[in-house]
Amino acid sequence: MTDLQTFREETRDWLESNCPEEMRKPGDVAWGGRNAQFSHPDQKLWLERMGEKGWTCPTWPKEYGGGGLSKEENKILQEEMSAIGARSPLGSFGIWMLGPALLEFATEEQKQEHLPPIVRGEVWWCQGYSEPGSGSDLASLSTKAVLEGDEYTINGQKIWTSYADKADKIFCLVRTGPQEPKHEGISFLLIDMDQKGVTTRPITLISGKSPFCETFFDDAKAPSKDLVGGLNKGWTVAKRLLEHERTMISAMGLSGGGDGSKKTKSGLAEIGKKYAGIDSDKKIADKALRRKVALHDLNSRAFGLTMQRVGEETKVGAPSPAAAMAKYYGTEHNKLRYELMLEAMGTQGIGWDGEGFSMEELAITRDWLRTKANSIEGGTSEVQLNVISKRVLGLPDK
Amino acid sequence: MALILNEEQQSLKDIAKEFLQKNAPVTHFREIRDTENELGYDEKLWKDMVDLGWSGILVPEEYGGFDFGMVGMGSIFEEMGKMLTPSPLFATGVLGASLITLGGSNSQKQNYLPQIVDGSITTALAVEESNRHSLSQINTQAIKEGANYKISGDKTFVIDGHSASLLIVAARTGGKEGDLSGITLFLIDPQSTGVTITKTSMVDSRNSANISFDGVIVSSENILGEENSGSGILEQVVDRAQVAISAEMLGNASQAFDLTLAYLKERKQFGSLIGTFQALQHRAAEMYSELELTKSSVIAACVAVDENSNDLTRMASLAKFKAGETNHLVTNEAVQMHGGVGVTDEYDVGLYLKRARVTEHIFGNAEYHLDRYASLSEY
Repeated sequence: MTDLQTFREETRDWLESNCPEEMRKPGDVAWGGRNAQFSHPDQKLWLERMGEKGWTCPTWPKEYGGGGLSKEENKILQEEMSAIGARSPLGSFGIWMLGPALLEFATEEQKQEHLPPIVRGEVWWCQGYSEPGSGSDLASLSTKAVLEGDEYTINGQKIWTSYADKADKIFCLVRTGPQEPKHEGISFLLIDMDQKGVTTRPITLISGKSPFCETFFDDAKAPSKDLVGGLNKGWTVAKRLLEHERTMISAMGLSGGGDGSKKTKSGLAEIGKKYAGIDSDKKIADKALRRKVALHDLNSRAFGLTMQRVGEETKVGAPSPAAAMAKYYGTEHNKLRYELMLEAMGTQGIGWDGEGFSMEELAITRDWLRTKANSIEGGTSEVQLNVISKRVLGLPDK
Repeated sequence: MALILNEEQQSLKDIAKEFLQKNAPVTHFREIRDTENELGYDEKLWKDMVDLGWSGILVPEEYGGFDFGMVGMGSIFEEMGKMLTPSPLFATGVLGASLITLGGSNSQKQNYLPQIVDGSITTALAVEESNRHSLSQINTQAIKEGANYKISGDKTFVIDGHSASLLIVAARTGGKEGDLSGITLFLIDPQSTGVTITKTSMVDSRNSANISFDGVIVSSENILGEENSGSGILEQVVDRAQVAISAEMLGNASQAFDLTLAYLKERKQFGSLIGTFQALQHRAAEMYSELELTKSSVIAACVAVDENSNDLTRMASLAKFKAGETNHLVTNEAVQMHGGVGVTDEYDVGLYLKRARVTEHIFGNAEYHLDRYASLSEY
């Protein structure tokens, strides 16, 4: 037996003994943190067991609490988890965004301090990037951090901070060099949210939900040891982290699209049949809709295969050169999917609340509104197209 | 399944690229076109391809082939697409080789496959009868007369139809036009009495012919496979052909895109390189995204052929749809972004546009494949 076959068997056995039954059913994912909330006791157990093994962050090095798995081993782990329907043990911007950036840019002390708690789900991180006046032009940000002794004092405002009202700490872009050119006066600073200088306020979105907050810093404090990547060198860290964020968001284009391995995995076709009716051949009766569903399914499959191929071409932990394309295409594709669901559902797709609509219909409508942010958050589609033009295609600036 | 080339496949692709760039650059295609070469391809170049083993890539080893698979063949087609290389490889190395391998009797395989591998025969498949791809709209009749069949009907869009030494013809031995059943494949010598072949001149200056059969007598020994088994063989072969031509289309689109990208980086207007204009940059970035999706679809379909996937037909539709749609977009944009020179014969970009439109129609355009994919997915 090859090493990988042995690994597969051991993994299968371990999951069999350690993944609680309850965690093999669909449901919500734990986010951990200092005040962790669990919807079921098994959720806590599952997080502890996976965290202990480092498998919340399977490919991170063992010395920082990670699983130390190779790309091939991680693929096997994901396949075996998927085979028993195991839920992800932990959702975390620490895993998806901050961790990879720390692994690349942080000092040894910073890695030792911050990575293991991310693996174990003990700290809930949020991201402080955008500001009211700095959206697509992120580098124009103005939240200030001033060093006095070995402590920074931070003043300013961040916006679109996901779950800032629940997070323990924030990784934040701050201006430390007010006289420098805009990209060269930014630093990457880790700040504790649990202090009186930090307040948050949720923002109600068009979907009616509030996943994002405004975050205010009024003489908030952070120790100078928590500056990552060097003074005024934060833009390099920021850009790399954005690539990881894009990879994370682009995966949304797949969440409903699927790899097409099942005949109508996207569910679009079922929705089309259910609401637009079927003809005598059991095809979607609305031919124009049927064509759009097929077009969408084919592109879902092509996109899924592209993510697979790009994954095979990219080294583990490295951001993919195709991240901007994936973010652009994945989010636009996901928006289109919801537009098609609404088109199929007719007036059943435009209800807001209460009687006359099923829970599923209302959820689809709210999710449709949520998708409108997909192509804005993490860099707009237009910014992604700029990134592709300049960094991938090498088109000139002037 | 892996969607990246292994070492052997990469090596084959590198060899193909180097060989074609040296021996069959676009100027080679122009020469064939401008000298009105009757054969439609260069015999010396074809012989060299045969010597490289390309005609035997899809042929099993027991019949003298190399059984190297569609991932390898697709790589060659992609490189030929970039150079617009005219050759019998599609009609003979893909269609002929697959028809005989998948449909032929033992003796037919033993007779014909080694001849395909060593280049002593070329083949053409005569199946289409209308201006749209269909495997059921077949009205060519094969009437049984003793041990023979008498074949009458008209075929169109027969690739290499005028140059091939062996024709494989789909004719009706039962059923009616529109039925998939009742179709039989016949191996016919193009020199037979009653066969009239007219080379058609297409926008891409590549080989295509109309062929009429007027009471052509064929022995029942020349049935490929069994009587009435034609559509089953055709469906399998056409899936493979769709994948191979998609790979060529990927190459065609990639090259048209690269030419355009280079032009955006050299052409100046309003005192700036036109590649600095965001209106053009974003369109280029969108084309890049579509090309990435097409590349993945094509290689996945090649892998599906080699793994004999039970989802091959849908994968072939995915590849042909994506390749058709992307090639259409990219070649149109390529001409537009080149401006005035884009519509001159001197620049190569127009050649890619013309080849793109012809390949779209080979075994079903994007709309055909959308419909087929939806039907196979049961909606």
